[in-house]
Amino acid sequence: MSRRLELVCPAGTPASLRAAVDAGGDAVYLGFRDETNARNFPGLNFSREELQDGIRYAHERGARVLVAINTYPRAGNLDPWHRAVDDAARLGADAVILADIGLADYAARHHPNLRRHLSVQASASNPAAIRFYREELGVSRVVLPRVLTIDEIARLNAAIDVETEVFVFGGLCVMAEGRCMLSSYATPCSPNREGVCSPAGHVRYVERGDATVTKLGDFTLNVVEGDERAAYPTTCKGRYRVAGQTRYLFEEPASLSALAMLPELAAAGVTALKIEGRQRGRAYVAQVVAAFRRAVDALAAGAPLPAEELAAITEGGRETSGAYRRGWQ
Amino acid sequence: MGDGRAVKLSLGPVLFAWPAEAWRDFYFRIADEACVDTVHLGEVVCLKRAGLHAPMMEAVRERLARAGKEVVLSSLALIMNEAELDAVRALAGRDDALIEANDMAACALLAGRPHAIGPYVNVYNEGTLAYLAGRGAVRACLPFELPAASLRALAAASPIELEVQVFGRVPLALSARCYAARARGRAKDDCRLVCREDGDGLAVDTLDGNAFLAINGTQTLSSTCANLVAEVGELTAMGIRRLRLSPHAVDMAGVAEVFRAVADGRLDGAEADARLTPLAGGMPFANGFFHGAEGAAFIDGE
Repeated sequence: MSRRLELVCPAGTPASLRAAVDAGGDAVYLGFRDETNARNFPGLNFSREELQDGIRYAHERGARVLVAINTYPRAGNLDPWHRAVDDAARLGADAVILADIGLADYAARHHPNLRRHLSVQASASNPAAIRFYREELGVSRVVLPRVLTIDEIARLNAAIDVETEVFVFGGLCVMAEGRCMLSSYATPCSPNREGVCSPAGHVRYVERGDATVTKLGDFTLNVVEGDERAAYPTTCKGRYRVAGQTRYLFEEPASLSALAMLPELAAAGVTALKIEGRQRGRAYVAQVVAAFRRAVDALAAGAPLPAEELAAITEGGRETSGAYRRGWQ
Repeated sequence: MGDGRAVKLSLGPVLFAWPAEAWRDFYFRIADEACVDTVHLGEVVCLKRAGLHAPMMEAVRERLARAGKEVVLSSLALIMNEAELDAVRALAGRDDALIEANDMAACALLAGRPHAIGPYVNVYNEGTLAYLAGRGAVRACLPFELPAASLRALAAASPIELEVQVFGRVPLALSARCYAARARGRAKDDCRLVCREDGDGLAVDTLDGNAFLAINGTQTLSSTCANLVAEVGELTAMGIRRLRLSPHAVDMAGVAEVFRAVADGRLDGAEADARLTPLAGGMPFANGFFHGAEGAAFIDGE
């Protein structure tokens, strides 16, 4: 394997940015502290000054900074999103990660030399859609939706002339991203518009005897008893009654781990690997990035993948292959 | 602006895997009895189902055309493999009907000639709307979760005809995974179209026994039925030109008559609600998205 996979790492805070860069990340991705990015959680993200410092820190160490501006701008008030693109360009970001067509068009017209990546939130999952973003909006890279098998990714890469980036570790959306209104059905906040899925202000943990009931808005998403750990309640990881059974209908509370699949992903032609987790602390980021750094380097050197122990930090201690394996569907 | 009589009614595509005869008879009845201007046909959710209705398609189209209905062909909403893309290519290659694009693949393939944008394409703001209009979109059905303020801003800036779903369960998510199969312990590759058993959607209840969602194969819908009949006046005043009714196995001709009467000023909101309740087959109503609340909410606008 000659081409080394690029490792794109989460930075929810300046501390995580430094941890990711120090652990060997090739690039970090982050967002401004507002509704312009899809991880708009309290205590996370970057001011303009923090971005400037972060870019300096990363560039001095040979790492790139990608700014996610990947919510859908609000009709009648495009300014915050336009300013986010302008500021990312002005501060020297290496790329912006965009989902909205209108915003990508704005970036292409006003900042033609600023690299544009297509966010997973754009849900571009086939060659015709990707060619549109490539040819019409000048996108250099597409973050692939988490709905594709590795075989589908390989065929896709063979059909397009654009870099692809795939998620390899962390929280797993099981729905086509950017097209999911499960959270906004249960709460007044929208992931697409405000960048918040399952906002903490609408989550409740209610003790009921020995059990803990987790609720999002008015809806019970799970009831756990005894030793079972109550995962953070997102609609797609809830337990429901359906067809006469009680089950995790959409997905078990588990984290994606594609560490063992890196050789296949490289062979499928992907350019970059993305680690999810801007809401995670710097220790988590450092540990995961270091493990993937070792694996990517081993792969590039033609050496066997090192055995990495990441199960302890996955959600519920459980790992899933996500959509990468056909059987998951 | 504000003239309800200029508003048109569209019947969205049947989202469910109804048995072929039931599907055909539903559309025949729409052709014969429903006061809708436009009828959408086509499989939006899962390519595996397309064969179910294909043998009936020409008869249905012909009956609708004879009844004076505009027929729009709706495309698949999630395209992940060559077979799905081929289906969209074939659809985009037709020149005998307006095509509604529900994915950017279809938008890309339809560029340069008149087409419609479906609600699964993210048109959240005037920038995207203008861009797509510039490439040939002549009509757009807006995303389900947009609040009134966004609809108003889009309508004020829109160079093209805008549409909003006002009746029917709301599509909330799409996945590669088939939950109708999974709920029965089956793999998607071995689904045997078990979704045919699910009528208007397979009920998903919370562990407290409250209705929450409805599964339609790879699609997840609200368990509530959107009902914006009380908001029709507001929608038309802001410049929304089309109201979409999403089909269920209920008296959709009756539903259409209620919305038509409200749009024409022959029926007020409260009376319309009273008439819609028995027509909705027991589905509770919601209008939260429109009012900027959680989608499941019902806000009494009176």
